[in-house]
Amino acid sequence: MSPGSDDRRAQAEPSTGGLNRTAMATTPKIRMRGVRKAFGGKQVLDGVDLDVAAGQGMVILGGSGSGKSVTIKCILGLIEPDEGVIEIDGVNVLKLPRREREALGDRIGMLFQNGALFDSLPVWENVCFKLLAQNRITRAKARDRAVEVLAQVGLAATVGDLSPAELSGGMQKRVALARAIAAQPDIIFFDEPTTGLDPIMGAVIDGLIVDCVQRLGATAVSITHDMASARRIGETAAMIYKGRIVWTGPAASLGHSGNAMVDQFANGERDGPIQMELRR
Amino acid sequence: MAAILLDPLAAIGRATLGACRTVGGIALFALEAVSHLVRPPFYGRLFARAFLEVAWFSLPVVALTAVFTGMVLALQSYTGFARFNAQSAIASVVVISLVRELGPVLAALMVAGRIGASFAAEIGTMRVTDQIDALTTLSTNPMKYLVAPRLLAATIALPLLVLVADVLGVMGGWLIGTLKLGFVSAAYLKSTFDYLETDDVVSGLVKAAVFGFVIALMGTWCGYNSRGGAQGVGGATTSAVVASSILILALDYVLTEIFFAQ
Repeated sequence: MSPGSDDRRAQAEPSTGGLNRTAMATTPKIRMRGVRKAFGGKQVLDGVDLDVAAGQGMVILGGSGSGKSVTIKCILGLIEPDEGVIEIDGVNVLKLPRREREALGDRIGMLFQNGALFDSLPVWENVCFKLLAQNRITRAKARDRAVEVLAQVGLAATVGDLSPAELSGGMQKRVALARAIAAQPDIIFFDEPTTGLDPIMGAVIDGLIVDCVQRLGATAVSITHDMASARRIGETAAMIYKGRIVWTGPAASLGHSGNAMVDQFANGERDGPIQMELRR
Repeated sequence: MAAILLDPLAAIGRATLGACRTVGGIALFALEAVSHLVRPPFYGRLFARAFLEVAWFSLPVVALTAVFTGMVLALQSYTGFARFNAQSAIASVVVISLVRELGPVLAALMVAGRIGASFAAEIGTMRVTDQIDALTTLSTNPMKYLVAPRLLAATIALPLLVLVADVLGVMGGWLIGTLKLGFVSAAYLKSTFDYLETDDVVSGLVKAAVFGFVIALMGTWCGYNSRGGAQGVGGATTSAVVASSILILALDYVLTEIFFAQ
């Protein structure tokens, strides 16, 4: 994750082709086993097995339609899988009553690909939405908290009064990041955090993600196509192909992992074991 | 040969199942939304915003519709009733037609065009831009946050709008009656109130509440279930207006049967 996060790196201790040993020894923060999901006749997830250790930065890689987004939507409870087990801190969230499942959301933050900011609300209300919606904070205090969190993502207090539509793409990503961390979650998901940004802004957002996750001590799960971003924000990477996790290993080894599929994907090579399906 | 005979039947069967699924889906959606009205947390600010949108900002269009409808009704009644020397019944025909039928139905159709479309477009855009998923990840139930306040606001606002429409419609009829048709003002008003009964007003207001609920239900349901980007949102908006308009007219008949059938 970051140069200073040695503890987390030790905890992740990834190895090519298998889950890391420390994570196996302790309860993973997130554990998926045999998760399957089909839409109509199309099997999108075909038995996903994945462990994410507490405090680890995991990046899930894969081509379009490989099941990355569906995987994290299943963890978030936005999509109900057909089969399988999804555990958070050892508790199978799929078996939880609805209220407890909803309460689990208090510990989770999410940055959506397009930001998904509420355009009917000013930026500061977007940032502190969860705190306000649950009446955990007064509006005056929420405003102060929003200014504080906006500063953490490099935005001035005056941005708080703007509408999301008045912001550039990079600023919208920063606000979305601020919203994801405002309630101090212990698990944060990032869906294509740098998509649509120029390389410099992408690097800035990645840096902010690393800083914020490190400050919170949170577990981070990101999905991305951007290899530079994957190396910057991930300690461990997992490759999903045709609805299955086909490789897990250190993010730093992307491109020279020894796994032909991962290396083809990471290096953007046309020829290799992954063949693009032009028509399904 | 068998396929030629069975294919149309299969298509009818599929359409019937699809219709049942849709009706069932709308019923469950409505039940869930209503259940959120009695379970905390309550979003008072969202209710107030939706109420302002439905009641206050729809007032001009509903008022204009009512005034002109009252004026046209008086004129048409006069030309028809003059053939039977029954011009004295114009005031009562105007008020009863407006209060029982035209007030609620026309106000509801106007609001369906404004508010039904607005609800569907707003919630549909939220759906296709992941804002509804974002609500869920922010520990906020989208049904409670987006749907329930709008349903309550429209159900309360429509009767108030219809009350205003009734008064303005009668005023439109009175204007034409006194300025153009030669009625004495006091006599026109006396005739208006002599024939008006409480049931006429109450039935119109109950209809309005039902129409308000239906408009908000169809607007939110179509928006909530929209898919496929801008085209999906456009389709949802059209469906919301068409479905609520048809339901308003169909339910108008059903409610009239319930209130006035002998």
